[in-house]
Amino acid sequence: MDFASLLTDVLREATGPTAIAYALAAIGLNIHFGLTGLINMGQAGFMLLGAYGFAISTIAGLPLVVAFLIAIGCAVVFALILGLPTLKLRGDYLAIVTIAAAEIIRFIGRSVGLNDLTGGSQGLLGNQFKYSFEGASPFADGLVAIGPISLQMNASNSWWLRIVGWGLVALACLIVFLLLRSPWGRVLKGIREDEDAVRALGKNVYTFKLQSLVLGGVFGAVGGIVISLASSVQPDSLGRPVTFNTWTILLLGGAATVFGPVLGSILFWAALVLVRGLMRGLIPPDVLSSTEIEPLGFVLVGITLVLLIVFRPQGILGDKKELAING
Amino acid sequence: MLETAHRAASRRHRRRGLGLLPGLLLGLLLTAVVGLVAVPAGAAPAACSPDAATACIQGTLRTSAGEPAVGVTFDVEGPAGTFQGVTNDAGQWSVAVTEAGEYTVTLDETTLPAGESLRDPAANPKTVQADLGRRPGALFALGDPAAAPAPSASASSSDGAGSGDSPESPAAPEAGAASEGGASGESAAAEGSGNNRILQLVVSGLVFGLLLALASVGANLIYGTTGLSNFAHGDLVTLGGLIAFTAVRTWGLPLWSAIIIATAGGMVAGWLLDAGIFAPLRRRGVGVTQQLIVTIGLALSMINLYLVLYGASPLPIVSSISERIDLGPVSLSQQTILSVVIAGVVLAAVALVLQRTRIGRATRAVSDNPPLAAASGIKVASIIRGVWVSSAGLASLGGVLMGLYLGSTRFNFGSVLLLLMFAAITLGGLGSPLGGLLGALVIGLVVELSTLVLPNDLRYASALVILIVVLLVRPQGILGRAQRIG
Repeated sequence: MDFASLLTDVLREATGPTAIAYALAAIGLNIHFGLTGLINMGQAGFMLLGAYGFAISTIAGLPLVVAFLIAIGCAVVFALILGLPTLKLRGDYLAIVTIAAAEIIRFIGRSVGLNDLTGGSQGLLGNQFKYSFEGASPFADGLVAIGPISLQMNASNSWWLRIVGWGLVALACLIVFLLLRSPWGRVLKGIREDEDAVRALGKNVYTFKLQSLVLGGVFGAVGGIVISLASSVQPDSLGRPVTFNTWTILLLGGAATVFGPVLGSILFWAALVLVRGLMRGLIPPDVLSSTEIEPLGFVLVGITLVLLIVFRPQGILGDKKELAING
Repeated sequence: MLETAHRAASRRHRRRGLGLLPGLLLGLLLTAVVGLVAVPAGAAPAACSPDAATACIQGTLRTSAGEPAVGVTFDVEGPAGTFQGVTNDAGQWSVAVTEAGEYTVTLDETTLPAGESLRDPAANPKTVQADLGRRPGALFALGDPAAAPAPSASASSSDGAGSGDSPESPAAPEAGAASEGGASGESAAAEGSGNNRILQLVVSGLVFGLLLALASVGANLIYGTTGLSNFAHGDLVTLGGLIAFTAVRTWGLPLWSAIIIATAGGMVAGWLLDAGIFAPLRRRGVGVTQQLIVTIGLALSMINLYLVLYGASPLPIVSSISERIDLGPVSLSQQTILSVVIAGVVLAAVALVLQRTRIGRATRAVSDNPPLAAASGIKVASIIRGVWVSSAGLASLGGVLMGLYLGSTRFNFGSVLLLLMFAAITLGGLGSPLGGLLGALVIGLVVELSTLVLPNDLRYASALVILIVVLLVRPQGILGRAQRIG
């Protein structure tokens, strides 16, 4: 088997739009879970809403910035609808409500009745809404090779998308870094550790939780925009497994850290592509066909998640003392 | 007095537990065998079913009026050779190819029904990527070239493997989790005739609710005794369906023995989950939230393992179409009636055990207050072990019956139902088995009756909306106690 091309694939995936989108979603989840202790099982719903918001408003003819703001607005409204009633309830209720709400978004998105707006289960084709983002690129079109990776400068899975995407990730990390040091972030961490103590200090726990839910959801929506710009908006590709992968990424890198989600995302996709590539190269196709290797990779993801939470709940970068998960 | 009773109860329980052990080991062997020979062998009800060596290039063709287009010829050319497919009475066609690769699908326009033409003549021929074990779709739309898109043309593509623009879809995180919401259109409701449609829907709703109650009662028991929301419960339901499928279709066993094997297999899985994972976690004092994330990891592993072993296509447990029996104004299939009877009997037995027997009383004591139960001599750990075993067994049984009712089982059919089960037990009151039954019946009715006003593919969404509304208005559920919400 060809190790050089496999390693190139790994590098391309670990720096590609998927890793970027999941890093952004995991940063959002980090604000929910790592900072505030909220169990949001519907991060994929935020991503899907962001993707729909961006794509539909672009197709309607709105400029890039407005479409971006509408996508974020969708996530804010969704977080408010979700959070206002449920944040008063115990943790696992929030988990059930968020996962149900994300599924509702997906069911509605793929419903035949909304074919004209969302494209039903086929989704919205990338070419319908990519033009405004690709048009905003200051670079010339064409194939550009940097190191072993050769990509289009502006189209679809492009250098331009990667530059903007990693820029957004850096910005998100900066925001989280500043939040962690701010009085606001300290209140959030206090809520995570002991809600009643924070309440006793006169803080409105409910409002802080709501702000945290909104902010994390916005990062999720931005991740959804990145993933839709790389290919298309498809409701079924942003379902429950996406949320579960995001959790694995967060716990792998380390919750309640600044760079944990980013490191987790890069490692997650690199490892997944590497393992699949090795299986494809080393196991003869009559034992395992290529369509079976794909889900087998996710079997390993699930096992990783179990092992992480049992043996190293703080992840790679985390501090075990800081992260005492409790319901 | 009370103490001796409890001690007797726990002693009896221990003895029973020992007696169960050889049976469990036998079951374990069985599941191992199931896993080894799982590749569905003789399952070919349709003209073509994809397996490890076959891919089915397929599609559905409808006229511009939405009717099936019959007798249209397709030529398929690719690495495995040249094939021809013809649409049947339902407008469906499929071609089996034994080699992966790119195939060119050409619609023979001369065979189109009179007056029909391709909406987009440039889209003929089409190129599809066929991977073994998949059903890539090659869809063509008929109609006036200038007309607006008719929704019917795009609504098939059975497992999302074909069509759509995903030129470089990033490692497709969804290995086939597509097309779930609308996948269960096979329910009895679909065939209800016009004038008594509401009555038929009510009956279907009650049947669905009863089966949902059976599938979800285990999750409720586990929540009651350990406080854990088990996200892998849906995949235990799938396990039952898949074991029954293997027993009937691969081993050729009769249905009743398949039901027993599936239940036993589920019990083994429950024993393994508790003995191997959750009992050690509880001993180490790991929090419920961490355990919840563990169940999510398990769910992710299990669903993908099923996908590897069984592929993404629907798997009908029973090949023949069972007779429909008219009961007054409504009609039900024989399989459905069998499922309902079994579910009713088993649910009654569960209620009886919980209310009348010592083990049941001990279980309720643990779910009320574990430290107090332990202090009064109840072996909390073995009660929880028993709850896990019976919970998973009931889930498996529910999976078989649900598979019979819906017509087929599938690698993800339990996890699609997971949220409905959560909705049912939340609605009834988490940890209250009787409430769970009530909640499941309500959810069943809502799912079926919502099709009167909502499109069919939103039926599950309506149940989830109810779940959220219940949590807003009465978070303890219909029969739950207010102290359960913290």
